[in-house]
Amino acid sequence: MMTSARHPQILPSLPAAAGVGYKPQHFAALTTDPGAVRWLEIHAENYMGAGGRPLAQLRHLADSFPISVHGVGLSIGGEAALDPDHLSRLGHLCDWLQPASFSEHLAWSTHDSAFLNDLLPLPYTDATLTRVADHIDRVQEVLGRQMLLENPSSYLAFAESSWEEPAFLAELTRRTGCGLLLDVNNVFVSATNLGFSPQAYIEAFPLDQVAEIHLGGHDAQADDHGAPLLIDSHGAPVADPVWALLEHVLAGSGARPLLIEWDTDVPDWPVLAAEARRADAALQEAAPSRVPAWA
Amino acid sequence: MGVTETEFTQALLAPDLPVPEGLCDAAGHPAGRRFAVYRNNVAVSLTRALHEGFPVIARLLGPDNMDGLAGLFLRAHPPRSPVLMLYGATFPAFLEGLEQLAHLGYLGDVARLELALRQSYHAADAEPVDAAALAALPPDRLAASRLTLAPAVRLVRSPWPIHDIWRFNTEADAPQPRATAQDVLVVRPEYDPRPVLLPAGGAVFLAALRDGVPLAEADAAARRAAEAFALAPLLAELLSGGAITGIAPASSEGEG
Repeated sequence: MMTSARHPQILPSLPAAAGVGYKPQHFAALTTDPGAVRWLEIHAENYMGAGGRPLAQLRHLADSFPISVHGVGLSIGGEAALDPDHLSRLGHLCDWLQPASFSEHLAWSTHDSAFLNDLLPLPYTDATLTRVADHIDRVQEVLGRQMLLENPSSYLAFAESSWEEPAFLAELTRRTGCGLLLDVNNVFVSATNLGFSPQAYIEAFPLDQVAEIHLGGHDAQADDHGAPLLIDSHGAPVADPVWALLEHVLAGSGARPLLIEWDTDVPDWPVLAAEARRADAALQEAAPSRVPAWA
Repeated sequence: MGVTETEFTQALLAPDLPVPEGLCDAAGHPAGRRFAVYRNNVAVSLTRALHEGFPVIARLLGPDNMDGLAGLFLRAHPPRSPVLMLYGATFPAFLEGLEQLAHLGYLGDVARLELALRQSYHAADAEPVDAAALAALPPDRLAASRLTLAPAVRLVRSPWPIHDIWRFNTEADAPQPRATAQDVLVVRPEYDPRPVLLPAGGAVFLAALRDGVPLAEADAAARRAAEAFALAPLLAELLSGGAITGIAPASSEGEG
């Protein structure tokens, strides 16, 4: 039921190359020697001021890099209708910036007008599927573009859930026409925390709908029973088993826009640049030859 | 029966409430400390936002006290918007309402100054007028003109030495705060907000300008408030801070 008020625009898309989450402390490095970094992602909510340095830097960066706008506050998985003020802020940002991509999370963060600043989990039921699909329809209608939806990191499960997460996401793409953002670290974190096979999750995932991949670092703790409890911290290098899982993903999907996320304890540029190089190398390995076999 | 968002949120913000039933681990055990991950994410991320938004308050109180206050504040006043750059607008009044901080009467106004600096940082851009444009006007025309202030300009009035306290906690060799009332103007030349200590009468002058009062009348109002008020140095400060974005001739002057 996408009755777009505006015509979808022809936009630059993200390249199937390495990108990083943009942090202001890396502005100088990115504008002089970005290394393997071909595109940038920003958190939408950090660029919703009226003016000043954040928007001026972003305007400048957008001249050199395709930009992905990644929302962290829309509460798409929430019970309530989407906040019209926030939707209009997102619309304004996308109109101004003309980003190459817009993505959000399968999660909620606002309840009863209180914004809780975390990506909170929802049960996967027929009722929540309908609700989330309606919310995605609304976003795509207001923004006049396709959005990507990201799989969450899970620390617990809902007894009432009746859908597996990959099937839930696949059904959302079918109903709404949205694309998916596959966070490979989130898959590994959730699989460890909830005791499923990350490879089996990837095999069940609709890889043909994946328009972007995220990689980030996690921390390790333990639950009440001593079982491992991984925390999606975005404050560490990408863990080796996550790189291994990425290979498994890329073998199935081919090269895709691949982002390194590092949001807390942000390292100096050379450390992040090295992660981006490693992401680039993984893509080189995976990229199917563009030259057909018969040429 | 499922877990509602209301139950989830209540338990999230009240660590002494039990974890809602219906949340579990892979083996079907109650979620237990797994739920604490979400509790922790909410409290830590909003506490961090308050530390970043009010660094001088955090320094004055010490990090542990600031953590404790942030925990109280974020539960009583959770953000009403996902745009966290503006979070904490009610923090100054919250500080003033706490009995245990009553002996630190200046905290609220210092927090207001930090808030003003943050708002200024994110305010809309505007092209400032340069000193030459002002100097080019005949004196009588200038006197009758209304000046438009930049969106990034802020004014904080206080019975406390908030400018001194702010400097003492942000600059390496700042002098000890004096025991005096201080009004502070925030200007933002280019992108970096700068607090400027106003002379006596300065705040009256700026408030008048903001109300659209012509320059000579604003000057007169400031002199009535403080005899020694001098217009020229404050105008120079405003110009160098990029704080004046328009000069409008008074409409009552006709085409002159």
